Amino acid sequence: MNKSWWKILCVLLLLYAIIGGFLMDVPAREVIQESIRNLYYHVSMWFSMMILFTVSVVNAVKYLSTNNLKYDNLARQYAVVGIVFGVLGYSTGMIWASFTWADPNNPASASFASIAKDPKLIGAAIALLVYFAYLVLRDSIEDIDKKARISSVYNIFAFALLFPSIWIIPRLLESLHPGGEGNPALNPKDIDARMRVVFYPAVIGWTLLGVWIASLKVRMKNLKEKTFYK
Amino acid sequence: MSIENPDPGTWNGLFWIIQLFISINAVAKSFLQESRNRMLYYQSITSPVNFILAKLLFNSVLMLVMSALSFILFALFMNYPVERSAVFIGLVFLGGWSLSLVFTFLAAIAAKAQQNAAIMAILGFPIIIPQLLMLMKVSGTVFDASAAIPVVNIVLLLTSNLLVILLSVILFPFLWKD
Repeated sequence: MNKSWWKILCVLLLLYAIIGGFLMDVPAREVIQESIRNLYYHVSMWFSMMILFTVSVVNAVKYLSTNNLKYDNLARQYAVVGIVFGVLGYSTGMIWASFTWADPNNPASASFASIAKDPKLIGAAIALLVYFAYLVLRDSIEDIDKKARISSVYNIFAFALLFPSIWIIPRLLESLHPGGEGNPALNPKDIDARMRVVFYPAVIGWTLLGVWIASLKVRMKNLKEKTFYK
Repeated sequence: MSIENPDPGTWNGLFWIIQLFISINAVAKSFLQESRNRMLYYQSITSPVNFILAKLLFNSVLMLVMSALSFILFALFMNYPVERSAVFIGLVFLGGWSLSLVFTFLAAIAAKAQQNAAIMAILGFPIIIPQLLMLMKVSGTVFDASAAIPVVNIVLLLTSNLLVILLSVILFPFLWKD
């Protein structure tokens, strides 16, 4: 993880995603118009969040099989960075929602109730709440080994129940949010070829940024509590 | 009084929220009331897999009885808007079973965190909301005799129950001993 090529790659990809995302040609669509460029940021945030949470749960499994506290630290830091990306995904989604779902004749707060009830938004909120609960559980246990073991168990249990349900349930309920049929953003028919050349590099760039932040947090924690980690 | 004759949607929501709280209070006791000494005794006579399976079975039966009681009380004290009773009773038992399985395992985690029902609610609500939403949606169809019953959702609920049992069996051995 100390090699620098992927950090350079991350910066280059993000520069491309931001410059290309704002300047390159996009298909003209009704209703969303130029806000279609938000795809590079909003959808990438959720992709990165899911990848980071998956890395977190893999580390929790590794902790339970090796009892090495290093993996517990990794699981915790990836979960925190995943939460940050989830919050960013919400904020970028709000921009989109205010352009497309909100009624421009009324103040934004008037449309809030009907937008916030959307099953996909609730699903995303639940995902974040589960990881907040994970942090609360960690802080409620004093003993460092016990904390690691119990929170790893909760991490795996929650991930295994949560992720199937947030992928399946929104497809069974009617929703304003696009992507109810098939796999949103992965289906080649969904995205125009002009957008895909920016979208996929953007996903990789944001995910690398998340990994970078998490690895810095891991190293800080390792320095603070040197004695605990092998 | 309007509370005596709620419309079907309200009746449905009220029923499932009450089921949720019944389940939290009934199931949480199973682990939080075990003393340290009794756990030591269990550890000497049985394996973690047998122990968690026994707990899941006991809590499932307990929750089925509680669900039946709350259904009868609801039907007696409020109006009874259900058109298809057989389907609804089946769903009540399925829902009670789902709730009891998830909360049994969460009670096992919460018991290790040395805090009581508060931490269990924090851990449990986000996990149970998707299942509860699905149960409410499925049981919304029993108020209209002509509505189609969404079989896919019922199969999904059953699958998620099996998943919870499987996860409990795999993960409980890590919570077994301090």
